[in-house]
Amino acid sequence: MSRFARAALHRLGGAVLVLWGAATLGFLALHLVPGDPVSTLLGGSVTTGSAAVRAEITREFGLDRPLFEQYLTFLGRLLGGDLGRSYQQQQPVSLIIGEQLGPTAELALTAFGLILLFALVSAVTTAGRRRAVRGAASGAELLAISTPPFWLGVLLLTLFSFHLRLFPVAGAEGWESLVLPAVTLAVPFGSLLSQVLREGLESALHEPFALTARSRGIGPLALRGRHALRHALVPAVTLGGWLVGGLLGGTVLVETVFARPGLGRVALDAVTGHDLPVVIGLILLSAAVYLVVNTVVDGLYLLIDPRLRGAGPVREVAA
Amino acid sequence: MTSSVAPAPGAPSEPAPGPAARTVRSAGGRAARLRPGALLAALVLAVAVLACAWPGLLAPADPTAADPVAALTPPGAEHWLGTDQLGRDVYARVVHGARYSLLIGLGATALSVLAGLLVGLPAALSGRIGDQVAMRAVDVLLALPELLLALLVIAVVGPGTGNALLAIAIAATPGFARLVRGQAMVVRGSEYVRAATALGVPRTAVVLRHVLPNTLGPLTVPATLAVGTAVVSGAALSFLGLGPKAPAPEWGAMLSQGRDFLSTAWWIAVFPGAAITAVVVAITVLGRQLHRCLEGRTP
Repeated sequence: MSRFARAALHRLGGAVLVLWGAATLGFLALHLVPGDPVSTLLGGSVTTGSAAVRAEITREFGLDRPLFEQYLTFLGRLLGGDLGRSYQQQQPVSLIIGEQLGPTAELALTAFGLILLFALVSAVTTAGRRRAVRGAASGAELLAISTPPFWLGVLLLTLFSFHLRLFPVAGAEGWESLVLPAVTLAVPFGSLLSQVLREGLESALHEPFALTARSRGIGPLALRGRHALRHALVPAVTLGGWLVGGLLGGTVLVETVFARPGLGRVALDAVTGHDLPVVIGLILLSAAVYLVVNTVVDGLYLLIDPRLRGAGPVREVAA
Repeated sequence: MTSSVAPAPGAPSEPAPGPAARTVRSAGGRAARLRPGALLAALVLAVAVLACAWPGLLAPADPTAADPVAALTPPGAEHWLGTDQLGRDVYARVVHGARYSLLIGLGATALSVLAGLLVGLPAALSGRIGDQVAMRAVDVLLALPELLLALLVIAVVGPGTGNALLAIAIAATPGFARLVRGQAMVVRGSEYVRAATALGVPRTAVVLRHVLPNTLGPLTVPATLAVGTAVVSGAALSFLGLGPKAPAPEWGAMLSQGRDFLSTAWWIAVFPGAAITAVVVAITVLGRQLHRCLEGRTP
């Protein structure tokens, strides 16, 4: 078996493990909920529903079967792409998530773009500068990282929506409604990324190759952009993978602050209503996003650092 | 927890000093250690601890006493930070709210470090299979954003102060389990542990006397930073309405109520948020200071 095929198999195995683990976690949660699932299905009250209705529901959801059998049925249905039905809304979970995915993805992607832009500009312009500039930048970053996103959202709302009336207060209509939520997410996460980038840039600027490049007559900005940045990107990309997960969590909060429709609303309703099938659906979605992002990150490593290509499986494919 | 920006795995806690900075530090070590930022951070934390222990000392007013006549008063001489929609004093509520945030921050972190030890130590000291099983399980949990994991726990156990604490602790545990396991692996392979084993010290004694303390030491800085993250997570959960119940002056909950009055009374939401930020910045600065002091020390 070629090295590439082995690496691909290993990766696939890891992905299956993560998804299976997340599904198992969901199944455990489903059965750890205190109280009787039939009552949850009927709307939380123990007294509702006659004995006949309850028996009907028990049969329909297979609640009278042994736990292990229920687990296998659960996994089997997931394999077939069936995420189950929401307890509260009596609709397929995939439909509920699919309907609300759009606004959340729009927000997360816009924020991600802003994060990259913000971090690159701030790190490249401040790395290796005078002590005062760097001190001011890292102080501002510390403040930005420690600020809870929901508070930042409230501050921006107060200033730009209520006092200056530049942006809408709530909703998801048009690009104007996207500006403040995206900025709210981008400030803390962008600062974190900028810190990592600046640290990488500064250590790269102390490398001998930086001196060589400078002695060849290359300008300071070109040195940063063309040579140092590539070195700084490796740790930044590692953080970027983690950052996407953080963004997903952050969107739940920011969507609540700005009263935007999306998965945040879905998650919150599901959590307060003990609607476990929806929560499990969101967890599986988030695990899948994590896996995709990690695969992209691994590909980016090879793109950024040619040294990793030498010993790695990619050369075999090319050869 | 993903609600706010947690110190990411592998994120730097301070910019790496170049060779020049290193010489400066070793020359004037003492002066570099006591930074004004660290003093300010210590002051903020001292006030926060005082607000937890004796809130009445800082704010004699009752944080839950409603006074409809004085509702939505802007900040001024009588009410320093104004009043909310029910006429409750915002300053008193912010002071009394410190208790919830610090309780959740410290409690959840202590629990997650303990749980991390209970998972990570046996994993590092057991055979290959036990280690693999434990660490693959940790991998699965680390694949999920912390806030989502906390929400899953709340979906099961329901909202409330204790449950929010539990949810945050569970969400932070996988990170600590991995840290503990890595550190314990290093300690296990070290000379002194092998020497103790060779001298015939019983295994339990080796673990308790050598492995455990030397695994705990390097956790100091991550645990300190985790307190800040847990404070934000706690506030985030209460902001979503999943934390302490209504009249409780919890910072996240106050922020959430204040959101509905932003157009007329910005102070209701702005000051509790400022309190959260101040405490988290102070904890982070303290954590970084600790990191600088402990830097270079190896168990």
